[in-house]
Amino acid sequence: MADSTPQSGSRVTRYSIRFVVLAYLLVLLVLPLILVLRRTFEHGINPVFTALTSSEAAHAFQVTAIVAGVAVIANTIFGVGAALLLVRHRFPGRRLLDAVIDLPVAVSPVVVGLALTLIYGSREPVGGWLTRHGIQIIFSLPGMVVATIFVGLPLVVRAVAPVLEEIGDEQEQAAYTLGSSPWQTFTRITLPSIRGALAYGVVLALARSLGEYGAVAVVSGRVVGQTQTITLFVEERFDNFDQASAYSAAFALAVLAVISLLVARRLRPAGTAR
Amino acid sequence: MIYLSLIVLIPLGAVVWKSQSGGFSEFWHALTSAQAWAALKLTIYSSLIVAGINLVMGTLIAWVLVRDRFRGAGIIDVLIDLPLALPTIVAGLVLLALYGPNSPVHVNVAYAKIGVVAALLFVTLPFVVRTVQPVLAEFDTDMEEAAASLGAGGFTRARRILLPNLLPAMLAGTALSFARAVSEFGSTVLISGNLPFKTEVAAVNIFNQIQSGNTLGAAALSTALLVIALLVMLLLEIVRRWVARHG
Amino acid sequence: MRRSAFSVLAALSLTSLGVAGCSSSSSGGTELSLVAYSTPQAAYQKIISAFQATPAGKNVTFKQSYGASGDQSRAVDSGQQADIVAFSLEPDITRLVKDGIVASSWNANQYKGMVTDSVVSLVVRKGNPKHIKDWPDLARKGVKVVTPNPFSSGSAQWNIMGAYGSQIKNGDTQQQATNYLTKVLGNTAVQDESGRKALQTFTNGTGDVLISYENEAIFAQQNNQPVDYVVPNKTLLIENPVAVTKDSKHPKQAKAFLKFLYSEQAQKIFADNGYRPIVSTVDKGKFKTPSGLFTIRDFGGWPSVTKKFFDPDTGIVAGIEKKLGVSVAKK
Repeated sequence: MADSTPQSGSRVTRYSIRFVVLAYLLVLLVLPLILVLRRTFEHGINPVFTALTSSEAAHAFQVTAIVAGVAVIANTIFGVGAALLLVRHRFPGRRLLDAVIDLPVAVSPVVVGLALTLIYGSREPVGGWLTRHGIQIIFSLPGMVVATIFVGLPLVVRAVAPVLEEIGDEQEQAAYTLGSSPWQTFTRITLPSIRGALAYGVVLALARSLGEYGAVAVVSGRVVGQTQTITLFVEERFDNFDQASAYSAAFALAVLAVISLLVARRLRPAGTAR
Repeated sequence: MIYLSLIVLIPLGAVVWKSQSGGFSEFWHALTSAQAWAALKLTIYSSLIVAGINLVMGTLIAWVLVRDRFRGAGIIDVLIDLPLALPTIVAGLVLLALYGPNSPVHVNVAYAKIGVVAALLFVTLPFVVRTVQPVLAEFDTDMEEAAASLGAGGFTRARRILLPNLLPAMLAGTALSFARAVSEFGSTVLISGNLPFKTEVAAVNIFNQIQSGNTLGAAALSTALLVIALLVMLLLEIVRRWVARHG
Repeated sequence: MRRSAFSVLAALSLTSLGVAGCSSSSSGGTELSLVAYSTPQAAYQKIISAFQATPAGKNVTFKQSYGASGDQSRAVDSGQQADIVAFSLEPDITRLVKDGIVASSWNANQYKGMVTDSVVSLVVRKGNPKHIKDWPDLARKGVKVVTPNPFSSGSAQWNIMGAYGSQIKNGDTQQQATNYLTKVLGNTAVQDESGRKALQTFTNGTGDVLISYENEAIFAQQNNQPVDYVVPNKTLLIENPVAVTKDSKHPKQAKAFLKFLYSEQAQKIFADNGYRPIVSTVDKGKFKTPSGLFTIRDFGGWPSVTKKFFDPDTGIVAGIEKKLGVSVAKK
């Protein structure tokens, strides 16, 4: 490819990259989504509406909201703190901490369930003690929250850390020398500068929490109308040949993820590509 | 730290503890039992392929989303995260419907190892994109403009200036996508056929062992997966730091 | 400083979660927890309503949980509350007996603890285009079989023993029957993780024949799936157990519910949902007893069968799968 003028060379490159990307996304993302849409609305919009307003679905939405909500908040707080720790401070074991933070993504949901039952199961030391004191962790909401926190742990950290590194800490240093307290520096300077990345991280964590099935399934107890998240509801409906409800709920999840991303983009500082 | 321990370290520790509860020889025996070993090989192999593809495609996608303005880019941006939000059972069904025996586009990758790769690519799509995108967006284009004014072409600018600065984020995302691929369960089952010794991934094998009451074997395989994931991530981290230091 | 701040936050949130998890005792009236496997969900929901209309069931509410039999059994083993447990196969109850959750006298009644029956059957496309009439047809070249993974699914184990057993009952030696099984598994394109998932795979278009419970086939038909099913002459009797737990807080009501499951009314509801009633006085209607029906006891009962066939390392089935995987290894 002749680079005779920087302009034309880069335009061809630009178009070819765009083409490759769009083709890849079409095959991997767009077509599957179209299929989900088709199957959801196969019989019109009424069945979707009925399915989503049934009492089981309503309960499932409630449970999901609580579980995902708490998990995302927890992971956001942890995520920002851990990112700051990793990027701005040096301490022994930092590299190990870095690697450990990524571990949850490598852990199969099946293993999460196994691990949690090994700890909090009623026949295990910790779990037994808790059960005898009336505290039920697994097979009820707390266990589900822990499982969901687990699977989303690295997401906010990994979104925020690279940006923190990229930005550098000159502004923060300047603020300190001007007498600003750590908290003020954090809220006035650090936070706004990572807003975009933070928004992405939160959305990723939220999407992950909404879509989690395996880990939550093992520790939920599957009590109909009480400890079913939407993903468990989707599975149960598929099992009972109620594909209409299953796809409707899956579609609702997808819509929730999209809405959260749109909100996140609003939070991004204006003018991305400079 | 306490938070991290409570949520991550103690439960994982329990799994590791359980796996060595029979001594090392039992651990090794469980790990190298034929089915588990076959599943492990398939998982690592597929996940490496998937991580590699994501490294390239994820960066390209991020580049298109940030630097390439065209109508519809916004919609794509919104859709990228959807694989995370879709329950794995839906992902599996949909992929099978599209790229399986009844494929409307006449592409059949089902019941073969490549089906596993396809499912994994779907679920890991967002990772590299979302770690590279913010960095690219924040990137100061001054250096690139300077280079351009000095006569450097597009490729050179990308290679010499952009890439080294993006590499850390690219690698971080790739590590995440490898880790995710290694642990994936639900979406692979349908499209791969889940045949033991052929298309069964490690996570499914772990599930089977739990179901068979073979907790030790399950814990052993889980520990192996964890160790491998940890090693790959540490490796990527070392590369990352090396790049960051040598700019 | 920041670290300690969110450590406190973390500790607070976890404690509050723990408090929220405190099970609140039931307010007035009795609440029973039923933990069951997934297939009888529709049946149990109707039976519960029927029970609540009886004097014994007045003021009794139910928490219901349905899932894969093994999963549910393991959950109860790890602390999930249950007053009544109903599983797909006996080993899932035996696990709880071993850990003191279910009394060892659970199967002392005349039905040996079982509450419903079914048989291993062959589910085919409507109209049976491939003319699948009996077990040997599954070993035919070009026939695509669907059955779940025997290492994760109790249903698969019933299936495989049905297949294997039918050939033994036909006079085959163990080696011949094993060869037959090898052909059948060689014809298997997909091994889902559970019986219900395998049914889904089949109804979504994969395969020519699905090995499954008769009640699953009937369930599919009741949900307008275009399938037929064949009950071979020589096939395996499937027996589903039920029991009350030892630490039930409401043993009287739990036992009353258990008794109700054997009532004519409940057994009829089971029959309407595709199960074969176990109480002999209930009209078996459309269910014909296969002439060559055999039971798992013909092969030594579950403990011995599980070890001989389904041990992941040394089991006969593991050996078959390994042979198939190595010889037909792709790429």
